[in-house]
Amino acid sequence: MDAFIGFLTVLLWIAAVIVAAAGVAWVFKTAAIALAPAGVAKVLRTAPLTASFGIIVIIIYVAVAILAPFIAPFGEREVVGGQYLPWTATHLLGTDNLGRDMLSRLIYGARNTVGIAFITTGLAFALGSVFGLLAATVGGWLDQLLSRIVDILMAIPSLIFALLLLTIVGTSVVNMILVIALIDSTRVYRLARAVAMNIVVMDYVEAARLRGEGLWRLIVREILPNASAPLIAEFGLRFCFVFLMISALSFLGLGIQPPTADWGSMVRDNATLITFGDITPLLPAGAIALLTVGVNFVVDWMLHRASGLKE
Amino acid sequence: MNSIWLMIAQRLGLGLVTLFVISLLIFGAVELLPGDLAEEMLGQSATPETVAAFRRELGLDLPAYERYLNWLGGVVQGDFGNSLANGRPITDLIAGRLGNTLFLALYAAAIAVPLALILGILAALYRNSWFDRAINVFTLSSISFPEFFVAYILIFYLAQTGWFPSIAKITPDATLGEKLYRTFLPALTLTLVVTAHMMRMTRAAIINLLASPYIEMARLKGMSPGRIIVKHALPNALAPIINVVALNLAYLITGVVVVEVVFVYPGLGQLMVDSVSKRDITVVQAASLIFACAYVLLNLTADVLSTLSNPRLVHKR
Repeated sequence: MDAFIGFLTVLLWIAAVIVAAAGVAWVFKTAAIALAPAGVAKVLRTAPLTASFGIIVIIIYVAVAILAPFIAPFGEREVVGGQYLPWTATHLLGTDNLGRDMLSRLIYGARNTVGIAFITTGLAFALGSVFGLLAATVGGWLDQLLSRIVDILMAIPSLIFALLLLTIVGTSVVNMILVIALIDSTRVYRLARAVAMNIVVMDYVEAARLRGEGLWRLIVREILPNASAPLIAEFGLRFCFVFLMISALSFLGLGIQPPTADWGSMVRDNATLITFGDITPLLPAGAIALLTVGVNFVVDWMLHRASGLKE
Repeated sequence: MNSIWLMIAQRLGLGLVTLFVISLLIFGAVELLPGDLAEEMLGQSATPETVAAFRRELGLDLPAYERYLNWLGGVVQGDFGNSLANGRPITDLIAGRLGNTLFLALYAAAIAVPLALILGILAALYRNSWFDRAINVFTLSSISFPEFFVAYILIFYLAQTGWFPSIAKITPDATLGEKLYRTFLPALTLTLVVTAHMMRMTRAAIINLLASPYIEMARLKGMSPGRIIVKHALPNALAPIINVVALNLAYLITGVVVVEVVFVYPGLGQLMVDSVSKRDITVVQAASLIFACAYVLLNLTADVLSTLSNPRLVHKR
């Protein structure tokens, strides 16, 4: 009977969270439409509630990441009390395994984890799209060479490959960024090449070539603008994958190293609390999940818009 | 009949080539080190004599291709060499763990595949209903969750109440029932992570087919919706479904690493993570090769099975 009531409470909580999220999304959407300039408001009006929820989640995360030193009540690495203190007025979310303030580390974690994931995705994107567009534009042996290399790199599961490379080069934040960027750039390369392949054969590109435009100008000025919509949606999707991979590596103790505040390693460090029925270690994991869900919602909407599909 | 066996032989050959290239990559990646393994392992303070001795012991004084051939020859016979950290033969380290990991992955697959197929078919049957939407939101969010989040939520709700153990310790002499009980939570975590994608693809594959004329014909004959889907749509949706099942089972391989660490399960994934932090390169190489093999084999099986499920490809005119 107890278990049944427990199950019902969980369901009730889930329902309450969904209703609250929908409410927040609706309020945000209405406010944004009223405040934004006409052009932006028109686009926003078409956004489903899930997408506006995603947008507000992303805005909150970015704001927290930028303003971290001003919001956080304590320092990132400051030991402020005993270990595993419960939730009190001074330490809203208690303290962690070394007596550092949990809330402050959660806030700084937004800056570190999201920031590093963003840099990695950006690097993977620069690498993958440059080579992908180059392969499609130049074609011939360069295309063959790059595509075969990418095929080989993609034949190994990405987490396993990342673990292998990290063993060889050693675990550090810089190495992790480079390794994940390399592995993920193969996926970006595939997409960029496929998209550009369809554009390269168009007449206007032929005209630009005949006009004598150089390779770089051809890629940046002619092909990239037409390839940008699917690439931007892919950026969101890639960000989720990179973010989850970095969290997984940090959770395994092979990613972002202490004492830097990071959500993945925070879960690992405080996991023992869960067996005592304390949900604090779930919060950083939940923060990761919330951001991925938010980004996925927005990407879903953008893909829907880009494909021109209507309900 | 002949052409189909030829095709399968071709695919198998291609798979072998892929495995060969992967083994080259896994072996060759170590060669990218600025120094070599001996200098890296012994550190700055090592005298030239100890480095030279260590090199000889590892066979690093031989040229790279010879070492590769030796390594590959050993691997084919089931000998992965010795661990750098403790000198024990890697085959001994791996033997029991590989079985454990396979057991966990199969356990998760045995729950996930039927569950995903049934849910996918039901969602296609009652599409755009509340049932469909609820499943959709549930699966979308479980795709976005990190594995350890799902695992800890399960520990919080199911291990707290004392129903299931939160640490999946298994002894070699445990009975099957005991093993199933002890590994239930890790298997359930993997199931939740994998089911979502499989179910969505099943639903999409079936709904795609529902627009085709022969389905409309069946509907006009007055067939029940359930019978239309199971008898008419499902056989044609098999190829994409087999593909996505195999892809997700391949995904299980990577998922298993994190889940094994959460539940302290003595599997190959945990061995690999431990070896990465110890920089035990030979063990990591062996584990990567096994994981990559499983990945390639699963993809190959999917390829062959989805071809076999299409009569037009089997009986070529």
